[in-house]
Amino acid sequence: MEALFGITGKGFVLTASDTTMARSIVIMKHGEDKSRVLNKNTLMMYTGEAGDTVQFAEYVQRNVQLYGIRNGVPLSAHATASYTRRELAKALRTRNPYHVNLLIAGTDPKTETPELYWLDHMASMVKMPFAAQGYASYFCMSTMDRYWKPDMTLEEAKALMQKCIDELKIRFIASLPQFTIKIVDKDGIRDVQL
Amino acid sequence: MLDLSFLPSGRGGAVTDLPDDQDDAQTFAMDAAAFSHPSFVLPSVADPVAWMKHQMSDAAENRIKMAKGTTTLAFKFKDGIIVAVDSRATGGTYIASQSVKKIIEINPYLLGTMAGGAADCSYWERELGRRCRVYELRNKERISVAAASKLLSNMVYAYKGMGLSMGTMVVGWDKTGPALFYVDSDGQRLKGDLFSVGSGSTFAYGVLDSGYHCNLSIEEAIDLGRRSIYHATFRDAASGGSVLIYHVRQDGWQVISRTDVTELHYQYAEEPRPSLL
Repeated sequence: MEALFGITGKGFVLTASDTTMARSIVIMKHGEDKSRVLNKNTLMMYTGEAGDTVQFAEYVQRNVQLYGIRNGVPLSAHATASYTRRELAKALRTRNPYHVNLLIAGTDPKTETPELYWLDHMASMVKMPFAAQGYASYFCMSTMDRYWKPDMTLEEAKALMQKCIDELKIRFIASLPQFTIKIVDKDGIRDVQL
Repeated sequence: MLDLSFLPSGRGGAVTDLPDDQDDAQTFAMDAAAFSHPSFVLPSVADPVAWMKHQMSDAAENRIKMAKGTTTLAFKFKDGIIVAVDSRATGGTYIASQSVKKIIEINPYLLGTMAGGAADCSYWERELGRRCRVYELRNKERISVAAASKLLSNMVYAYKGMGLSMGTMVVGWDKTGPALFYVDSDGQRLKGDLFSVGSGSTFAYGVLDSGYHCNLSIEEAIDLGRRSIYHATFRDAASGGSVLIYHVRQDGWQVISRTDVTELHYQYAEEPRPSLL
């Protein structure tokens, strides 16, 4: 029932993740941030099996950090996504694969090119201009197909994100009352309000 | 290129915070072992996870039944944290005990609660206590509740899918003030202000959520915790016995009370319902 969104615009990626942590039929927590900052310009959002999500995200986070320290150059968003996909694929053929679905958002600080990667627990990886993870994709991919265009301004992207969240509130049976909205651009990663 | 000469050679991580004693190498070696996961002999079959699953399913010839059925809760408020639990142990439909201690005293400033498999909870929380002590001896400082709960979640995550069953709250007071974490055998670890765990948790939440606010007085908070557990024992057949309550303050935990739920039942029955408006 978890939902993740990412929308690329001119020089940024706008991301949203729901903040509900549920176990069985019980909501255990409101207000959880389902993302990890991989480096200054790359954010990973995660959903999936309890326990696996944070373990995997923090594992990737530390290796991406280590790469930056060793080489003095941060890992690009594309390289980060490829590395992450490879780690998922390696785990897939073991006895305990990671059941984790991800969105990786990054903006190259020099070229200001926004990048958004969609990865699932079967280690598929697709680069997308906009993406959704979970049941939310059934409702909102069409909304984003209809309204998304290249080089959107932040205001336009926020309006589209609001449309997606509103659609969930109208049509989706699970209640997702709160979302964490972030922007990933050349200056880094910040929380924003819609 | 960056200058990385500050990193110790021959070891993967950046271990730069070691004290300057001569015995460092030895101390570190001891610590690495002290912090490693205890390892168990796994069933000698091709796939221990699948094998365990089968043994716990209806299809197994001698099915392993887990003792489950509990209500536990803990919540933060302005004067610390209240922890309240029931005391019933069940094996299927049989009430095995009405006097189980489901609050585990990890050390004088850390508590753990017990839900799910009793053996799993008591073993792993004892192991957690040992690690917290090792941390304290090595760092000359108490471990934070965040770090302690993460030790526990990392330990149980290493055995994910192998049949561990535990839902626990790690509660205490550290430099950051009162802290409350939920940790379970899936490896899930959540920081929060209010949690309830166990088969009676939904009933406890029903009373707790409707009466909770941050500015409860100590007496009000204790009463809310006790009532929540009582109402859970009333509706949940697997919870019962007595209500045990602890209060966590800056100077550590304190036992507040242990009350038989039957007594509470007649006591609460006498009282008028509170006004709704």
